[in-house]
Amino acid sequence: MNLTRRHFMVLLPAAAVAWESVLAGTPAAAPNYKLTDHWWGMLIDISKCIGCGNCVRACQTENDVPDGFFRTWVERYHVTDTNLERPQVISPDGGKGGFPIAAEDEGKYFFVPKLCNHCVDSPCTQVCPVGATFISPDGVVLVDQSYCLGCAYCVQACPYGCRYIHPEKHSADKCTLCYHRITKGLNTACCENCPTGARQLADLKDPNDPIHAFLKTHAVQVLKPQMATTPKVFYNQLDGSVR
Amino acid sequence: MNGVEGFMYPNEIALQWSVLIVLYPFITGLVAGAFILASLERVFNVQAVKPTYRLALLTALAFLLVAPLPLQLHLGHPERSLEMYFTPHRSSAMAMFGFVYLWYLMAVLVAEIWLDFRKDIVLTHLASKGPKRLLYWVMALGSTNISKRALHIDERLGYIITVIGIPSAFLLHGYVGFIFGSIKANPWWSSPMMPVVFIFSAMVSGVAAVLLLYMATTKLRKLPIDMRCVDTIAQYLFYIFIIDFSLEMIDLIHRIYEADESFSSLDFMVHTKLFFSQIVLQIVLGTLVPLLLLLLTQVIKLPEMARKAIYVTSGSLILISVFAMRWNVVIGGQLFSKSFLGYTTYKMELVTREGLLMAIALSILPFVFLWILVKLLPPWPKEEHAAAD
Amino acid sequence: MNLFKDVGHLFRFVALFIVGTLVILGLRAAFTPRSFGQYGHYRGAALGDIAAHPVHFAGHQACEVCHADVAETKAKGKHAHVNCEACHGAQARHAYDFTNGSATIKPVLPDTAVLCARCHAASAAKPKSFPQVNAADHSGGVPCQTCHQPHSPAIAAGDAK
Repeated sequence: MNLTRRHFMVLLPAAAVAWESVLAGTPAAAPNYKLTDHWWGMLIDISKCIGCGNCVRACQTENDVPDGFFRTWVERYHVTDTNLERPQVISPDGGKGGFPIAAEDEGKYFFVPKLCNHCVDSPCTQVCPVGATFISPDGVVLVDQSYCLGCAYCVQACPYGCRYIHPEKHSADKCTLCYHRITKGLNTACCENCPTGARQLADLKDPNDPIHAFLKTHAVQVLKPQMATTPKVFYNQLDGSVR
Repeated sequence: MNGVEGFMYPNEIALQWSVLIVLYPFITGLVAGAFILASLERVFNVQAVKPTYRLALLTALAFLLVAPLPLQLHLGHPERSLEMYFTPHRSSAMAMFGFVYLWYLMAVLVAEIWLDFRKDIVLTHLASKGPKRLLYWVMALGSTNISKRALHIDERLGYIITVIGIPSAFLLHGYVGFIFGSIKANPWWSSPMMPVVFIFSAMVSGVAAVLLLYMATTKLRKLPIDMRCVDTIAQYLFYIFIIDFSLEMIDLIHRIYEADESFSSLDFMVHTKLFFSQIVLQIVLGTLVPLLLLLLTQVIKLPEMARKAIYVTSGSLILISVFAMRWNVVIGGQLFSKSFLGYTTYKMELVTREGLLMAIALSILPFVFLWILVKLLPPWPKEEHAAAD
Repeated sequence: MNLFKDVGHLFRFVALFIVGTLVILGLRAAFTPRSFGQYGHYRGAALGDIAAHPVHFAGHQACEVCHADVAETKAKGKHAHVNCEACHGAQARHAYDFTNGSATIKPVLPDTAVLCARCHAASAAKPKSFPQVNAADHSGGVPCQTCHQPHSPAIAAGDAK
């Protein structure tokens, strides 16, 4: 993203050493990352999503997401008449294996990738009894798995259904916006692997981030705006039938 | 796909809060209700219910001691539960409840029981030998002062504690209602009425429980039931139940009338998945039938046998109804999708940590505790001991 | 003095409270993590713990360091914005594990029969502007790379690989 190729070649030997610890997962403060310089969000362009499921698979690989639980998932909508209240929605295994082929009819189809919205006024962090889930200074809602009681109050409080209780760790789990990657200048696993650019990581505090120009020139939506959670995942071309 | 109809967000399919979380508000409700009945005599001077005063306090304590157990069994990391006292998150109703529980247990219930029973504790200590003498000495906190003045101070203090205890009981169970009622993500739960409905149904369940316990224990001790007492309790039960029923009806009518985005999904759920537990058990058998039966006793002068039969039947149906209400709130709130496009099924297990057998065991445990408490601190007046012998 | 004697038992009860409170406060001081409250009502060290999760995808910049030629071909074609690991899978180990100057792990080439269809199998659900075909009609089911070069898949009219 910010690193040029030449830059990287110079850094390669040093990077290789650092990568050892990165691959091993040992705690190390990422160099040159200042918490207060960033305010993370995401832009999802519905007109570009083809429902390939790459993001769901990549997330599972990157974050060891257990089967049957989803840090991100894709929904397919089929709106068949003017009644926006009753779309037909499917999400087979969260879209992990793609979607069945749809036959042409009078209705319209589209795909909606979903993940934690990293809300600024998140109801999930409000209800946590001990402070195990919180929004970081750089805008990512995270779970401290060594402090979480596993009471599932946050799971109940999330309007978007993005949380679950990890079956082995017995603590709350959800999308971390690949915090371990973005703090090292890498892209999130889902955005990296999206073949159409439907998902794009955005740093709202970076004046050069393309999201600012996009927000100025497009009509964007968020999920469930009536919940007033101030989500930071913005959708382009989100149909009114989306729940 | 495994019990799902329509569409649910993938993470919503399995329920998070099990039958143990249904049991928890039921138990704390009984605590609050039993205490309110006790306060009727202590603060409002309803002398007729005096025979149930001490029994009601012990019942409340027995249930309050069991209350944290379903929560501990549900937690993913029960060993970390003290974090709620070390780093409570002040915006979390659940965290603040930990302190409300502690306050109610120690500063209200234990304090009141101790002050009321203190004379008996000291007398038992003085009349016993060996380990029993030591036990009662500990329970007396090493003080044997039962002078007239000391007892008078105890009595005045007990009165004050009961006065503080009434809003504390409301806080105890109202908080549980608020834990659900403050979740804007869940339209079945989110309502300002929730704490109020919980409090009134708690009172109903607690009063019914003490009524039944009093009738059962008196029968077991082969003594005559004080009809003036149970008639008075039944009267209070009837009036509180009318208020509770009205509150629940207001909520229902409001939902049907406004018919917001969640309505069609919730309506369908009530008519299908919750039909038996809500319409049959909670409303018809559990509310309308007992209300009619109790109304009968209020308007017609029925013979003693008939009244006793009605009180036992109504009391039992009411307990079932309030349990069903907790079920419908907790489980019902998780059966529908937050997309309003689908439903899932609650697969209650049998022998796991949060299964049916555990729920049954936790329902029996308070009676075991109550039996122990009754043995330690007999609530019966001394004259009745003599009569029974 | 007489009054004091008659409320003595109450002082003992209150003492219970005081002892209990002190015990809780003591446990709290002992068991609350040091970094708690550093940035907010949570354990500050959690940020470091979470950021320490191992990486499985190297990211396309890492690939381009060694595979500059492929990167250049790709940049000119229709798959310019399809990142390497989107097709080749997670390759962090391949990118950073070296033995004697070359990568220890050799990635397995993806099976195009499955891979290409995931995106390009025709479906009414996909955006109309997205290139999609029915494999049977399009090529009689022969492997995609028979005609298409995956790194620059477009075939100019009249041209074939």
